[in-house]
Amino acid sequence: MKRKVALTVNGSRREDEVEPRLLLVHYLRDVAGLTGTHIGCDTSQCGACTVLVDGKAVKSCTLFAVQAQDAEVETIEGLATGDQLHPLQQAFWDNHGLQCGYCTPGFIMAGVYLLSQNPNPTDDEIRKGLEGNLCRCTGYVNIIKSVKDAAQKMGAAKGAGTPVAAGGE
Amino acid sequence: MAVTQLIGAKIHRREDPRLVSGHGRYIDDLNRPGQVYATFVRSPYAHAKIQKIDLTEAKAAAGVRAVYTAKDFQGQVAGTHPTVAAFAPEKKTVPDRFPIASGEAAYQGEIVAVVLADTKSAADDAANLVQVDYDVLPAVGDLEKALEPNSPKAHTDLADNLGWDMTLVPWEATDSAFGSAEVVVKERILQQRLAPTPMETRGVLAEYDTFDKRLTIWMSNQNPHFIRLFVGGALSLPESSVRVISQDVGGGFGSKISPYPEDYLVPAMARMGGRPVKWIETRTESIQNTTHGRGQIFDVEVAAKKDGTLLGMRLTQYLDLGAYHGTFGAFQACACVMAGGAYHWQGISARTVGVLTNKVPTDPYRGAGRPEATHLVERMLDRLAQEIGMDPIELRRKNFIQASEFPYTQNFGLVIDSGDYEKSLAKAMSIAGYDELRKRQADLRGKGRYLGIGVSTWIELCGFGPSALAGATAGVALVESAQVRVHPTGSVAVYTGTHSHGQGHETTFAQIVADTLGVPYEQVEIRHGDTNEGPSFGYGTYGSRSLAVGGMAIHRASQRVVDKAKKLAAHMLEAAEEDIVFDQGKFHVKGSPEKAKAMGEVAFAAYGAGLPEGMEHGLEAVAYFDPPNLVWPFGAHIAVVEVDPETGSVKFEKYVAVDDCGNVINPMVVEGQLHGGIVQGFSQALFEDVAYDEASGQLRTGTMLDYMVPTAVEIPDIQLDSTVTPTPVNDLGVKGIGEAGTIAASVAVINAITDAVSPFGITHVDMPASPDRLWKQIKEARGVSATSANGGGGAQA
Amino acid sequence: MIPAAFEYERATSVQQASELLQRFGEDAKVLAGGHSLIPLMRLRLSQPSALVDINPIKELDYITVEGGKLRVGALVRHVQLQNSDTVKQNLPILAEVADEVGDNQVRNLGSIGGVMAHADAAGDYPTLALILDAEIVTNKRRHAAKDFFKDIFTTPLEHDELVCEVVFPIANGPHKYIKFRRRLFDWAIVGAAAQKVDGGWRIGLTNVGPTPVRSTAVEQALASGASPADAAEHASDGLNPSADLRASADYKKHLARVLTRRAIEQASA
Repeated sequence: MKRKVALTVNGSRREDEVEPRLLLVHYLRDVAGLTGTHIGCDTSQCGACTVLVDGKAVKSCTLFAVQAQDAEVETIEGLATGDQLHPLQQAFWDNHGLQCGYCTPGFIMAGVYLLSQNPNPTDDEIRKGLEGNLCRCTGYVNIIKSVKDAAQKMGAAKGAGTPVAAGGE
Repeated sequence: MAVTQLIGAKIHRREDPRLVSGHGRYIDDLNRPGQVYATFVRSPYAHAKIQKIDLTEAKAAAGVRAVYTAKDFQGQVAGTHPTVAAFAPEKKTVPDRFPIASGEAAYQGEIVAVVLADTKSAADDAANLVQVDYDVLPAVGDLEKALEPNSPKAHTDLADNLGWDMTLVPWEATDSAFGSAEVVVKERILQQRLAPTPMETRGVLAEYDTFDKRLTIWMSNQNPHFIRLFVGGALSLPESSVRVISQDVGGGFGSKISPYPEDYLVPAMARMGGRPVKWIETRTESIQNTTHGRGQIFDVEVAAKKDGTLLGMRLTQYLDLGAYHGTFGAFQACACVMAGGAYHWQGISARTVGVLTNKVPTDPYRGAGRPEATHLVERMLDRLAQEIGMDPIELRRKNFIQASEFPYTQNFGLVIDSGDYEKSLAKAMSIAGYDELRKRQADLRGKGRYLGIGVSTWIELCGFGPSALAGATAGVALVESAQVRVHPTGSVAVYTGTHSHGQGHETTFAQIVADTLGVPYEQVEIRHGDTNEGPSFGYGTYGSRSLAVGGMAIHRASQRVVDKAKKLAAHMLEAAEEDIVFDQGKFHVKGSPEKAKAMGEVAFAAYGAGLPEGMEHGLEAVAYFDPPNLVWPFGAHIAVVEVDPETGSVKFEKYVAVDDCGNVINPMVVEGQLHGGIVQGFSQALFEDVAYDEASGQLRTGTMLDYMVPTAVEIPDIQLDSTVTPTPVNDLGVKGIGEAGTIAASVAVINAITDAVSPFGITHVDMPASPDRLWKQIKEARGVSATSANGGGGAQA
Repeated sequence: MIPAAFEYERATSVQQASELLQRFGEDAKVLAGGHSLIPLMRLRLSQPSALVDINPIKELDYITVEGGKLRVGALVRHVQLQNSDTVKQNLPILAEVADEVGDNQVRNLGSIGGVMAHADAAGDYPTLALILDAEIVTNKRRHAAKDFFKDIFTTPLEHDELVCEVVFPIANGPHKYIKFRRRLFDWAIVGAAAQKVDGGWRIGLTNVGPTPVRSTAVEQALASGASPADAAEHASDGLNPSADLRASADYKKHLARVLTRRAIEQASA
């Protein structure tokens, strides 16, 4: 039996009738037509489906769409303004942080979350912040470099050292 | 050459804006009106007789359009799965393979039925309602047992499990080398099965126009033209009626070269049911059904003098074919012809044995045969160095083919184009601080800590392939095609028969064209992956061939355009052709650079009135490049690890790689290829392993939880550098780099680990060097009880 | 694969969740963080007839200290435990363990109650709960941790019983949890916990049997003055771990000893 779900995706309010078994990732791709969020596994390892739900990075393959009732969901498509890329997108481009590009939206969303929690991460903190995402092309080297570059540029833009509340209680 | 500002430049990839913004077009992003979804019902057993299939419930389920079994495809799909000869042409047993099992399933995951339904969920629901009665048969798993006369057979109607048995060079040929040996070292080296694991799984979307009788297939694939050839043939459609499109492809690593059962069945069902059919592989299906790489055992013997002079090698490759021959599976036998590596040998004897088992077929995976060759020869050199008490680098230097010897004909008659192995090794040693490392290693050993230094002075053959070497390259000429079209207003569209799925061809090929034609880079568009565009046939991407063969075809076609434009420019400038100079993208008369015609102006003229007499209109060209030889990249990698002997854990300290792929078109892309390649080799050395239950043949690593691909946390820091030794084989002086990192890395890591634990008397470590395996090996080597809690210290051999 | 169809209801109170579970019957399951359940459903290894989504229950989301105990609501996510000053001050080992569960995305959704109810042998919190004599409080009763983890994936929870809270003692003395695994986001191959409580050591092990294990032999040896190395030799006493893809039984027993010794040493350092 279908259920109504109402949520905000990339700033737009939506209401749809969905089967409870519809995963959020399938909702985003097949119902909302946002195919930038990808599926790379069945068991919550690969992180290709990472989106932000109420500002927190989650794997949208491990959440039913009905659970996103009243949530604010942000996908890769919501980051750029027109053709003006988000600093993380730009940094992945500048640093060759992608090859086939399939895992990239998930990495960028995980990176957006990481930098929201820790705007000035060390290399090790970046590695740990991306542990929920798998890439098979880049060997991660340039992904780490991309996130670091974005952190520096975003920090410079904001005025370095701006404290940001850690996520939690 | 017109302009040389783009070749060699770090140009940011033009592919990236669409990919970083979520606007790539991967197979699952595509849909067709009225499409239905396929879910395959697969054998849960490694080997079983299919007694009965009951479709009643499945057919009655909501949303179901059709449920098919093997008999429904009789007359729809013809022939057996293609297999090519490559390096092991003397096939013994080649089981016929129909894309859907009828009667007997020979590996876990083999298709036995398929459901078509209106939604993915309805197809999945109904697939679970298909009732299949199986009679479970004994499964063939172990390669050696499979060759025993009383072994069960991978297919019940086989006489034996011997897929091929071919001696490339007989043992007698190395009798004198072994007869004069002062030392002989032997080892059995395992190459575990690997799942290629591109982040995007496979997928097929097919649409058949019943009235025009045209078939369009969208799929995630490395060589659409081959799919058109194979699938068109099997479906009895002329190639002109079949269009195959691979847009953005989320990684391949060799696993998206060969045709798969689904590649035939999905288009066949689109024709049978008159509706577009879509199928997207799940990750579990991928690990279970997409061809695996490696899966080999090598028995190797090396004969040498005590001063380290290499004399001879004898090797036998046992290759786990799986239940059927992979289309290009025999290519992996090239491990034998590459076994000599970068060194002089009096002789090498080699035999390859292909063994049929009840597992998914093996086929090329990044490196395909060459990582195995590097692994075995570099491992054996370390083994020998340890035996005779020589520094492993000293041993390598003593036996290197020298820079002055190229072109060098190696033991199997292949000609190595160019190289300078000493140079890359010296550079790597200097970056790594090799001598200092050896000192530190000695100090740490005194403190009960186990540092290990591993070297891999790898070489590779790639750039498949010259038609003259068709015997080695699958029996077909693997040349490449390109078409260059200069439009009237000067923009350029280039069509290549290779395919890009992460390698950045849209950028690097445009760099070549812009320089060759002298047009702005922004005006060059590279197109690939659609068989309806460009030349009649393309050969695809594998074997690090795209640049050395495909790039050269583009270069040739561009040069043809320049040649014609020059004639026309001469006419426009009212000069003789031989007086025309092409420089910085403009044609001018020698001595009068101020009166120049740009390529765009010439192009406009080429489509208008006033052409010289006898000249046809248009400015475009097609070229097929047949390389005169393969190309041979090389390099030196040094891995430094520390082993915790108490837990068997391996910690990385550094990884240095100095590689040489000849001239470089875009250094940023080359570095990216190396990073990824190295991590895949590293990952084989430490993590990845497709595990099957020995008794039942059931896959034990069917998810990404169990099949371990490392994350950003586990990978080592990688320091790259390069040397440049151009190849004389092509005008660009380029070699391939896509597989190099993988070819080099696994053995650098394993040599470092073996070196670390050598004080325990360990001479060889197999892959993956997991903590449990390493702990067990150390424990056994120490010959002491594992209950010693203070295992860390004092175990110097 | 797409999960099999199920009925879905959202609960906003424990009372409502309990009623829904009663209504749906035995084949219904509770949906909390979903990180164990949903992958199983996607592989169709689990096909519940209904899911009761307890995520909207606000009353299960709290971390407090009361009566000398740390009380953690069942819907507290790993990320909250990881970052909570209350947890860091009163039971720092819990914050450290939370930091090592899964990855950022998993920690943002996965909940402590879900881990307890799922009772995976490789779960880290159950080991802490066991050695600290924590209580698992449900809508029906209070379970001592030692009576809660019955077998692998097996607890005394009835089908309409909901984990509401986990109550830990306050313990901010020397402690260390070592989670040995291949990749940072993996489950433990073996985990070892050492926590000093009221001057005595509590020692526990993860994934060396169907349930978490409290190493009383090690605790006793330490109490009678044995060195960490000597005491840790007892960590494998009576263990009968099953081999899996990552480790043989012998290796797990070996790791139990080595990691126990290291945990005690590092906690004491």
